[in-house]
Amino acid sequence: MVTEHDHICWGGGHHHSGAHTLAVRHLTAAYGSNKVLCDISFSASCGNTLALIGPNGAGKSTLLNLLAGLLQPLSGDMSWSGTPLHANRHETAFMPQRTEVDWRFPITVRELVEMGRYPAVGIWRKLRPHDIEIVDKALDALNLIDLQHRQIGALSGGQQQRAFLARALAQEAHILLLDEPFTGLDVPGTESLAELLRSLAAEGRLIIASHHDLSTADKIFDRALLLNRQLIAAGPTADVLTEQNLYTAFGKRNIVTTP
Amino acid sequence: MNDFLQFLGEPIAQRSLWACAVIGFSNGFVSALVVLRRSSLQIGTISCALLPGIALAILLFGFMQWSILIGAVIAGLMVGLGSLFISRTGKADHDTALSILHTTAFALGYIILIRLGLQQKVDDWLFGNIMSMSNTDLRVAWATGAVAVLSITILYRPLLIYLFDPRAATAMGIPTRAFSYGIFTLIILVLVSSLQAVGAFLTLGLMVAPAATMRLLSDRASHMFWGGGLIGCGGSVLAFFLSYPLGWHPGATIIVVLGCIFLLAWLFSPKCGLLCHRR
Repeated sequence: MVTEHDHICWGGGHHHSGAHTLAVRHLTAAYGSNKVLCDISFSASCGNTLALIGPNGAGKSTLLNLLAGLLQPLSGDMSWSGTPLHANRHETAFMPQRTEVDWRFPITVRELVEMGRYPAVGIWRKLRPHDIEIVDKALDALNLIDLQHRQIGALSGGQQQRAFLARALAQEAHILLLDEPFTGLDVPGTESLAELLRSLAAEGRLIIASHHDLSTADKIFDRALLLNRQLIAAGPTADVLTEQNLYTAFGKRNIVTTP
Repeated sequence: MNDFLQFLGEPIAQRSLWACAVIGFSNGFVSALVVLRRSSLQIGTISCALLPGIALAILLFGFMQWSILIGAVIAGLMVGLGSLFISRTGKADHDTALSILHTTAFALGYIILIRLGLQQKVDDWLFGNIMSMSNTDLRVAWATGAVAVLSITILYRPLLIYLFDPRAATAMGIPTRAFSYGIFTLIILVLVSSLQAVGAFLTLGLMVAPAATMRLLSDRASHMFWGGGLIGCGGSVLAFFLSYPLGWHPGATIIVVLGCIFLLAWLFSPKCGLLCHRR
């Protein structure tokens, strides 16, 4: 059974060039009278992992919130393949920072993943066989089948992140927005999450994550956006993180931060 | 014992028993919202802040259920939103602003009640007097309970997403702002209906303990709503039967019984009980 929602290419290896593009034009945002982002324009296509890099207060979280629809921009617009980004709510999935989640909350991994079906199912309808199948696929893709009936607090850190990614897969979101996903991970944890994000991107998704560790950015992400309230540079990670650009963004100190 | 049976035959006793069951259930049901949102202390301050609204409503419109309700909602909103506003526009943080506003409101309410010549009744407002429930009060309690159970059941799926992960809920298009106001109003409605049973001071216990107990016994969110309701209902009814022979204050007994049930669950819960882990 093929429905209009079956547009993510499970398994990867598909050619996606130019298929879907996120275009952000002249985006400006403010809290009160304080402008936190000024005239940001960039575009990114699916299949990529994009890092949002900049010093504290540069507007990384603000940009994520704007893309997720949690904050209204003062001006500017965001579109996804020509239609307004938030016209289809299921297209963007948001992953909170680990420290913001109440891990004692009484839900199981499966129930968390089922939440991703909400935009498709709505308030009252029961999950259809099609939805259950998608939840199963998402759990399977992230290797969570054996853990599906555990309460989320009873998982390891890496498993918890995979559970949230599985929710994004179940939502059939094209754009995954992650708030500092690599914070607090050790080296093997960082490597496996990086690999996971790359494989999710290879299946035709666009991964956008705020990231504060300059030393790992070019190993994890293929593209980067350097911000400090204004856009400083955008493009392939290595081209963006040049000494000159970093100097503009961070000032004198702090050129290389190590974990 | 005969005394007690005779007492049970009277309409006032039956009314109080029903009130215990209904108020206990609706509070227990809604307590899941409070526990899942981790906002117990805020609710505690708001329940005390209802007092001036109630007092002013009595002052302006006399002793009427609906005016009391509206007064309480307005007072709760003023303290709840006022503290947010103060913390956002000044240097005081939210807890500080809330502490000052709710004690001020409470003191103001106390003064108004005394000035109204209701000092004999002040105890009832603070600690409840379930024996004074009228048939209208009971009907309001029924209606409030029904509204709480219906609205939570109908909106259960988006509600749970909102409670667990409000930002993802907003990103999915769930009207989270409407939800937070709705939950606030629902909690105040239930608080007001339980005020007569357990009073402004003690109502926090009834609003938190049932679902908190259920959380120790189960890892499922839906159990916290329905199980919380059953614990609230059962505990309150048990307290009613204990309070008469012991000669204890009924409202206070309800809170003591629920507190004891919570402690028992904490000690003996099969999943995470303190004693079961030791063994």
